[in-house]
Amino acid sequence: MDILVTEDQEFFREATGKFLEQECPLPQVRALYGDPTGFTAAYWKQGAELGWTSLLVAEELGGGTISGSAVADFMALVDLFGTHVAPGPLLATNLVAAAISRWGSDAQQADVIPGLLAGDTVAAWAEAGEVTAERAGDDLVLQGAKTPVEAGAQADVLLVTATLDGAAVQVLIDPTAAGVTVTALQSIDMTRRFAKVEFEGARVPASALVGGDDASEGIEWLRLLAATAQSVEATAAAQVAFDLTMEWMFDRYSFGRPLASYQALKHRCADMKLWLETSHGLSTSAARALEAGAADAAELVSAAKAFTGQYLAELVQDCIQMHGGIGLTWEHDLHLYQRRIVTDRQTYGAPGDHRQRLAAIREVV
Amino acid sequence: MTESVEEFRARAAAWVRDSLPPQEGGQGMIERRRKMNEEEELAEVQRHRDLQRTLWDGGFAGICFPAAYGGLGLAYEYQLAFNEVADGYQTPSLLQVPTMVPCGAVLLDFANEDILKRHIPAILRGDEIWMQFLSEPSGGSDVAGALTTAVRDGDEWVLNGSKIWTSGAWAADYGLCLARTNWDVPKHRGLTVFVVPMHAEGVELHRIEMTDGSREFCQEFLTDVRIPDTYRVGEVDDGWTVGTRWMFHERNAMGGGSPYVSGQRYSNVVIPEEGDKFVRLARQAGRLDDPRTRDLIGETRMLDLASEALTTRVSEGMLSGRLPDTYASITRLMHAVDAVRKASIAFEIAGAAAVASEPGERFDAGVSWLVRQQGAIGGGTTEMARNNISERVLGMPREYNPFSNVPFRDVPKGPPSA
Repeated sequence: MDILVTEDQEFFREATGKFLEQECPLPQVRALYGDPTGFTAAYWKQGAELGWTSLLVAEELGGGTISGSAVADFMALVDLFGTHVAPGPLLATNLVAAAISRWGSDAQQADVIPGLLAGDTVAAWAEAGEVTAERAGDDLVLQGAKTPVEAGAQADVLLVTATLDGAAVQVLIDPTAAGVTVTALQSIDMTRRFAKVEFEGARVPASALVGGDDASEGIEWLRLLAATAQSVEATAAAQVAFDLTMEWMFDRYSFGRPLASYQALKHRCADMKLWLETSHGLSTSAARALEAGAADAAELVSAAKAFTGQYLAELVQDCIQMHGGIGLTWEHDLHLYQRRIVTDRQTYGAPGDHRQRLAAIREVV
Repeated sequence: MTESVEEFRARAAAWVRDSLPPQEGGQGMIERRRKMNEEEELAEVQRHRDLQRTLWDGGFAGICFPAAYGGLGLAYEYQLAFNEVADGYQTPSLLQVPTMVPCGAVLLDFANEDILKRHIPAILRGDEIWMQFLSEPSGGSDVAGALTTAVRDGDEWVLNGSKIWTSGAWAADYGLCLARTNWDVPKHRGLTVFVVPMHAEGVELHRIEMTDGSREFCQEFLTDVRIPDTYRVGEVDDGWTVGTRWMFHERNAMGGGSPYVSGQRYSNVVIPEEGDKFVRLARQAGRLDDPRTRDLIGETRMLDLASEALTTRVSEGMLSGRLPDTYASITRLMHAVDAVRKASIAFEIAGAAAVASEPGERFDAGVSWLVRQQGAIGGGTTEMARNNISERVLGMPREYNPFSNVPFRDVPKGPPSA
């Protein structure tokens, strides 16, 4: 990420960086592996106090950007989450906070935003999967399933994308409401948790709609935000895996020489460096385009998600190969980054999905 | 009062619209070029010289070249703004690499005032096309192993040897030549750089035919070519200092990040009303609805944007000093990876028509595939780029070289004779 611009952003990052180092070092990340929630309430509350949930929320609602560039601020935070493979429902909560801040009614804002800002509540965006909404008097009835939903089993409130009268809409719903079943899923990531959310005749009032009868533009923006965040986070995690590997290349001796002296390995490190620098460049370009509302934002975001998904997954496997057997052990830290990188790769569109999106855009230029 | 980038962009956009012809269609371009006779080829070069002259007359030539030598002396952002607005229009692409960069850029770094005052404005006017006399038949990547010799004779130097892979040299006016001036010191310490007029007595030129039918590359034989000492660039025996910058400029140009290159940066040109090149190919092949083909089209676009984003990151980083110049090897490598993959994808989409069809874009994809490795060889091979990235960027140990302190005269240049 190159989009750090202001001293305020630097200060914000330093505070979060220090906090993550102290409160959530890698042994703590490991300890949370078997934990069904994947983070502690106290940790999330402290994170919220540092501003983790406020960046994409409007100032008049108690949020606010640090640099004046909300997307850039948020990506700077996501970048740190990648570096530290940090726990907590960062993306899930911020996607919903942004949606309610931008398109929610006064009542929805009053209901949802304060809890998220304070770190007392958690939200989840249920996007992947088909749900239909039907009108029944003043109510909407939801039918279908969403999976995987990040933080679905931890969330106090769900924002669900659905089809209503042929249009894309979003609906706020309490996950404990009748007709909603939340099932925790297994997850590859050490601390990020996912759930399946099923709707069988779940009823909400029509006032639960966020962004009206056609929310397709908003949903698209949230998708772009999510995909950009994942590109940024995976790049940051891959940077650490690569740095660990470079250290190893110099320290590890084989046949009387450091691994770093073998041309066959040097050339592979050069390729990894290329993939990494390109991932930094693309995720930065995607974030800038999204921030600016540029016409080519969708293309850049899909290019970033497709590229980071494809190449960083290869990069981390190559890092493991360079380490030899130790790289496959639970004891070594490489898998913590590997897990985060592939979790980011597979959700919100795998590389192949984003290549299809790019082709569709290209078809009409 | 300095004009802002935005003001410049607006002025350039209006000028480009009024002054430059729009880009032509891509149908059968390779075929067309291959069938050109010499007269048509010369006319094509003249067309590019005229386009350069148009830029000069319009006040848009040499945007990042110093004003003292006829340029505009502006920052890279202005050049990028110009490139953006020139997209879709004809620009003098034949005069960019190697004339503007690396040749022009190397002159700016090392040439004496007389050379600069005489030649940089001539280059910017489109009057002079320059060549690199760098590679030799004895070795491509080992540039510092040059065998072409320059011997001093009073105020002149006498050059003998051969240079190769000079693209477009048949139409060129000058060459920048790396020659050996001292055989009794280690390889890198006995080189000197000279300006060689292409039409000097003793310069003999042969065109090389490539597998795609192109005859752009040339080989020159230098026999007792006399060059005045005033055409020396840099100090005697210090040619590797010049050569190092030379290769930086070359890598930077290959990676698309040189401020001295004007015009279109990327190859996947959208032709008005014909759209994206790969979509066109798929449509012609009747495969536009095939998900696998669409996956490949998506990949080409991903690569375009990846190259562009990398170039932006690296050029911004190098300009601000945040990244060292050695990063140019990374963009150079990306350029090759991108070009090689896209050539394969075009070939894949084109299907059987790539190897057997009437003239057209699909057959061009087949012919282009034959020279797919060109972008991974010319301008420094990808193997050299990977060496440079691992050694100069990542700081990994240099390859073992037993000859670093041996006089070049004593370094083996072939298998031991029986």
